[in-house]
Amino acid sequence: MTELDTTTEQGARRVTRNTSGVPLLQVDNLSVDFPAPHQPGGVVHAVRGISYQVHEGEFLGIVGESGSGKSVSSMGVIGLLPSSARVRGSIKFRGEELVGKSDASMSSLRGREIAMIFQDPLSALTPVYNIGWQLTEGLKLHDRGLTDRAAQARAVELLRIVGIPSPERRLLSFPHEFSGGMRQRVMIAIAIANDPNLIIADEPTTALDVTIQAQILEVLQKAREITGAAVVLITHDLGVVAGNADRVAVMYAGKLVETGGVDDIFYHPAMPYTAGLLRSVPNMQTAGNQRLVPLEGNPPSLSNLPPGCPFEPRCPAAIDACRTAEPELLPVAGADTADRAAACIRSDEIVSGRLPVSEIFPRPEAQEIKRSRGAEPVIKVHDLVKHFPLTKGAVFRRRVGTVKAVDGVSFELAPGEVLGLVGESGCGKSTTVMEILELAKPQSGAVEINGVDVSELSNKDRLALRKEIQVVFQDPMAAIDPRFTVRDIVAEPMRVHNVPERQQSHKVAEMLELVGLDPATASRYPHEFSGGQRQRIEIARALTTDPKILVLDEPVSALDVSIQAGVINLLEDLRERLSLSYLFVAHDLAVVRQVADKLAVMYLGRIVEYGEAAKIFAEPKHPYTKALMSAVPIPDPEVERNRRRILLEGDLPSPVEDFVGCRFAGRCPLYLQLGEEQQKRCHAEDPQLHDAGGTSAACHYTDQHRLISG
Amino acid sequence: MTTQQVDELGIDLTGPEQATTERGGHASRGMLVWLRMRKSPRFWIGIGIVGLMALWAIFGPLFYPWKPNVQDLFNTGSPPSADHWLGTDAVGNDMYALVMAGLRTSLIIGLIAGPAATLIAAIVGSLAGYLGGRVDAVISWFINLMLVIPSFFILIMITPVLNHLIIPGLIFFIAGFGWMVMGQVVRGQARSLRQRDFVRAARYMGIGTFEIIRRHIIPSMASLLIIDATLGVVGAVLSETALSYFGFGIQPPRTSIGTLLADNTQAATTQPWMFLSPAIVLVVLLFGVSLIGEALRDALDPTSGAARD
Repeated sequence: MTELDTTTEQGARRVTRNTSGVPLLQVDNLSVDFPAPHQPGGVVHAVRGISYQVHEGEFLGIVGESGSGKSVSSMGVIGLLPSSARVRGSIKFRGEELVGKSDASMSSLRGREIAMIFQDPLSALTPVYNIGWQLTEGLKLHDRGLTDRAAQARAVELLRIVGIPSPERRLLSFPHEFSGGMRQRVMIAIAIANDPNLIIADEPTTALDVTIQAQILEVLQKAREITGAAVVLITHDLGVVAGNADRVAVMYAGKLVETGGVDDIFYHPAMPYTAGLLRSVPNMQTAGNQRLVPLEGNPPSLSNLPPGCPFEPRCPAAIDACRTAEPELLPVAGADTADRAAACIRSDEIVSGRLPVSEIFPRPEAQEIKRSRGAEPVIKVHDLVKHFPLTKGAVFRRRVGTVKAVDGVSFELAPGEVLGLVGESGCGKSTTVMEILELAKPQSGAVEINGVDVSELSNKDRLALRKEIQVVFQDPMAAIDPRFTVRDIVAEPMRVHNVPERQQSHKVAEMLELVGLDPATASRYPHEFSGGQRQRIEIARALTTDPKILVLDEPVSALDVSIQAGVINLLEDLRERLSLSYLFVAHDLAVVRQVADKLAVMYLGRIVEYGEAAKIFAEPKHPYTKALMSAVPIPDPEVERNRRRILLEGDLPSPVEDFVGCRFAGRCPLYLQLGEEQQKRCHAEDPQLHDAGGTSAACHYTDQHRLISG
Repeated sequence: MTTQQVDELGIDLTGPEQATTERGGHASRGMLVWLRMRKSPRFWIGIGIVGLMALWAIFGPLFYPWKPNVQDLFNTGSPPSADHWLGTDAVGNDMYALVMAGLRTSLIIGLIAGPAATLIAAIVGSLAGYLGGRVDAVISWFINLMLVIPSFFILIMITPVLNHLIIPGLIFFIAGFGWMVMGQVVRGQARSLRQRDFVRAARYMGIGTFEIIRRHIIPSMASLLIIDATLGVVGAVLSETALSYFGFGIQPPRTSIGTLLADNTQAATTQPWMFLSPAIVLVVLLFGVSLIGEALRDALDPTSGAARD
């Protein structure tokens, strides 16, 4: 069945854990430097003296933001750092020193004893060999006596373990014939092929959709159970760690700043960075009721670190002593295990409760949001269609199919409201908003902005309407022209509408102030700003024409976790102050829950569930919405342990396919529970959005949604 | 965030110059390129060569008694001397005066036709790439047509008709037949830039097509275009020389490096000064321009090979 009771599994894991004796992996005072002639110090200290242990069968999560050194340190363990890296310290695997070992002797260890799973499974698999060859290569390399036949049989078995359908046939497939999730399964199969004792997974699910992420994490847990290997999971996602790890190590600026059991870290953080990070992450279960706590500032440059604690400039609890010396990672007072440690001179105060976390990072006051109800919708989309022809051949193009990117989408955005448009990649959510932003006649259907049908607009009226609707893209570095100064970037929309030069300067300063940037920085270039600041520049640009509607296309997903909260809070403030309406496109449900009033869930070019966000989050009616929500990891170990996850089978089907009945039937967990007669209807009849107790859902059996529970 | 930022054409914006410029204000991209150029000896040597040659071609005649096409009938075919610095040709024309005049013609043609070809390529290519669809189909078809036309033969047919308009005519045709390959490159770049978020953002702001091409598309390809324009000078000078050499370019009484080479080929082995002086001037000029082009390329794209020495 598709349901898995994680509670019992967790229990089983704990029993098999063996922490006695020599640790499997012992890292002592490991430092990694990279020469960087372009940097002020000449050297980037990517990892600055970290020590940790991994015991047999243990699951260690290493958490950190980009540039914290988390990947570099594990690449050091497996000996895959570039030759320019200078590695110091000691890495002992079963008491055997790995630092200074030759590449040849490391090779015999890699794959057999230590296996690695990379973030991007497409670049980690060789595109010119079929996966059967790649699997058996590793098998035969470490066991020379293995016959081709036996290796083949073992490869089939491995693919079956990681859940690849019809493995005998798939052995002959090439990496590009697999989807991202399937490729990552193959990577796991290769990693466990030689029954390793340690699996290092470097952001294994970051490139994947959330439903696929849930599948992969499940496979990783299964792989661990079968091989009994210890797992080091490197990630930036606290939710992933909460549900899977036994122990957690938090990295910041090339150092471990806190280590401990998963419950200790999540419930009693002893280091302000960990505490701040935990408070800044939107939690899908609690989001929306309270404001996020922003963690201001940026991580320091690793080439030119000032003395003192590297987190001190961002730390609200910093005192004078923090600036003089960098704190060591020391055991936390009163901890029951030796590896419970934190690098903060005030950790005792934090742990004992004399300095409560809620005081270090006070939650900003929740804002009362006034809404003008009953008014005309500012965006009205009716039955929008966007099909792309799929052609083949270079000289004589012939049409071989149609990609139904958007296939009949309808929704309304009321003034002052936030509509969250969610779905996995490839569901058509971005195409939908781009079609709206074109302000042109759609292939089919209608788009109305402020009550005006855009297909009848003259060019002049269309230009005037552009003032009303503006867009913020995902990656600020890509969406702003790097050659322009901030002033020119922010002023650009005003040039279009012939705002006098004088007024432009004034407005630019006003806008920069509005988004929390210093107007004096207007003469700078975007590359001098950090990611979060660049996103603020983009928001400032979108607001210069005083629009009433903002289309936000994944506005925070390119940002680091600690930066996200600040931008989300800014968006919430701006909406309140300027009474804006947002069309908020995102794949991260926790973020959407934080901001959205209404929700539209998309699947394969259609909206499958639509309605009040609070209602949908409380009781999703469509099985896809249910599965999507249950796949989102929650940064709370207790909740994660007691959660029942609805796992979806397989991947998103290709939008080229023609469907007679329900598009979701092939992956639907509810479908499997239905009787044969009922199943027939799923295949024969395309479900339309209809009212299902407060929200609308496109499922024939919304009345039976309780059959599956997440 | 990342410690190194590289823009879409691979320009490292956080090079060592960053630190020096931040003190004096905020470095623009152009400033960074200039700072990098300033350190390149190639650039200064190239600029020196081309600059001096241009000055020499323009002002040199003021300090020299002989004029081109004034025959010294007492000294025909004489080797270099105090009177005729580079000797005279078979009919007594002063070689020094001729080379200066020829260089002037070649420089005018090269400096105008090279960048003009790039300009055409930039406009036509980015229109095709950015607009796509039918415009793209027509322009691509036209580019392919232009590529298969034997331009040399057309020039041969046309030059006799041009008469005194020969210099503008040559510029027109050299530029008109020299932009297609670059046009295709620009078209490809524009096609990918069209999908970039900052171009889409501009479109959704309501900025017009031509404004987007002018403000976003073409500046994004600036490094490519600058290099092409510089090296285009070399190509244009060579085209003119080749045409004139075969007698279809510059016609007497005008001179260019090409005509000088053609007129004196016969004497190359017996009276080498007649052939060598225009040949050396040509080689040195092209060398200088190429040095500038290379220095520009390295300054704009530090990942290209020569930057590491």
